[in-house]
Amino acid sequence: MNVVVCVKQIPDPAAPPSLDPETHTLDRSGKLILDESDTYGVEMALQLVDTAGGGEVTLVSMAPNSETGGLRAALAMGASKAILVSDPALKGTDALGTAKVLAAAIRRTEYDLILAATESTDGYTGTTPVQLAELLGLPSITFAKSVAIDGSTVRVERQTEAGFDEVTAPLPAVVTVTAGVVEPRYPSFKGIMAAKSKPVDEVSVADLGLDGQVGVTGARQVIVDVVAAETRTQGEVVEDDGDGAARIVTFLEAVKAI
Amino acid sequence: MTVNTIWVVAEPSSAGITTTSLELLTAARSLAGEVAAISWGPATASNASVLGEFGATTVHDVGDLGGTLPGVPVAAALAALVQSAGAPDAVLVPASYDGRDIAGRLSARLDRPVLTNVTGLAEDGTLVSEHPVFGGSLTVKSRFTSEGPGIFVIRAKSFAAEPAGGAPASVAPLAIPDTSATGTAAITASHAEERSGPALDEAAIVVSGGRGLGEASAYSMIEELAKLLHGAAGASRAIVDAGWVPYSHQVGQTGKTVKPSVYLAFGISGATQHLVGMKGSRTIVAVNKDRDAPIFSIADLGIVGDVHKVLPALIDLLKNR
Repeated sequence: MNVVVCVKQIPDPAAPPSLDPETHTLDRSGKLILDESDTYGVEMALQLVDTAGGGEVTLVSMAPNSETGGLRAALAMGASKAILVSDPALKGTDALGTAKVLAAAIRRTEYDLILAATESTDGYTGTTPVQLAELLGLPSITFAKSVAIDGSTVRVERQTEAGFDEVTAPLPAVVTVTAGVVEPRYPSFKGIMAAKSKPVDEVSVADLGLDGQVGVTGARQVIVDVVAAETRTQGEVVEDDGDGAARIVTFLEAVKAI
Repeated sequence: MTVNTIWVVAEPSSAGITTTSLELLTAARSLAGEVAAISWGPATASNASVLGEFGATTVHDVGDLGGTLPGVPVAAALAALVQSAGAPDAVLVPASYDGRDIAGRLSARLDRPVLTNVTGLAEDGTLVSEHPVFGGSLTVKSRFTSEGPGIFVIRAKSFAAEPAGGAPASVAPLAIPDTSATGTAAITASHAEERSGPALDEAAIVVSGGRGLGEASAYSMIEELAKLLHGAAGASRAIVDAGWVPYSHQVGQTGKTVKPSVYLAFGISGATQHLVGMKGSRTIVAVNKDRDAPIFSIADLGIVGDVHKVLPALIDLLKNR
């Protein structure tokens, strides 16, 4: 059972974000870390390989610089190896371009299942895994809240508006997992040390034969303007002197909610 | 170039067509002269009147999918229609579970980019879409530079759904081309979660909890208060990620967009991720122990205090009314 996990290295969500003054896309020039959303897929993959009794977890990622900090964090959790597509030409790549890059990288490795988060924390486009599935000619099941392998079939509980559906697909397949699908492990000290020597195969856009299909040109969309959004005026902010609940009741009465 | 034709992905629901789809039809007819819907499921013929009422002249009916997940067959049928009928200026897709699948599949099939998290659309020679970023403090405006169709995935409640009194849409069957291995994901069973109150995205009052609740068991107070107010219980991403409550309760960029008349936030700091999903609420009440929490900057009433004191006291006051 070989599982590929698509992971993204993103600017620290806790730090104030900024837009690139030239392209108006998110400024990703600083330190990048592993998107926390991806830790669920990594953990799921490790558990599935463990249950299958063999195989390995391969990370696939894309970054405009040679950032590997986030990949090392996922390798420390237990993934075996990583493919990093790194190239300055990737700056400004959109969701479909990203899917093309990931598809080309994934074709270089063995896989039975491809996992990804439902969307990244920084860009949150949420279409890349499905675009990837289409490019690879695979079925996909999105919004998984549980994943199990049954022979050559993947069984998923998929989130719906009303509750959840049980969905199956033959392997190989692409599955996107929601947060909470599993409890991600913390890397052990041993894991962190081992991650330093695990292979990270760095490839360029030219290696993948995707010249001209990525970056700002490949994105075929432009940001025409960035404007300040309508702001709400701040109301009353008071310390709770034991009357906080009563103030809320008064407010609810005033707006006729009760 | 002006906008002539827009196709809208009209998602069926147990009650007919989803509200978001009707919002998209309303927006489409204000932007383009010719609006068509693409729908599926066993009831398209009976949905033709509501689709017509909201502006569609034709509904392309992909038919009953017999348990196949909609993403692949609907996108394949749409792509084939683009080839045979010519590309519309835009395809509008609701930002739902299946809508995102359809948009992604269509994008890759047609080799066209996609713009997601759209909350506004305007015509300025070509279509310009609006996207909230950084918690909705900035609006980014984008347009495609590729040939059509432009694929826009639009968030719920971006437009009001208003009927225009049009005649029923004419139903045109649309065949699904061979999708080979891609179309093999199938639904084998469906489960509906029990819900006592209104749906989260339709409730007039939403009570949400966040990390400030301290532990999973404290969420029961959020549920109790929601019930007392005949509202729905929501949650921040932090406690959904922590596994305290199911994803279906999540309010924010990744979860549901809500616009209730009152939004009550307990122990939610107001990360940008959360604000995008609720800042359109008519009024906002926030309780947080941190005076500098960003949620206070958009609250009509902010209480700097301990949710473990304020919540039980509020529940008591409401019970004794």
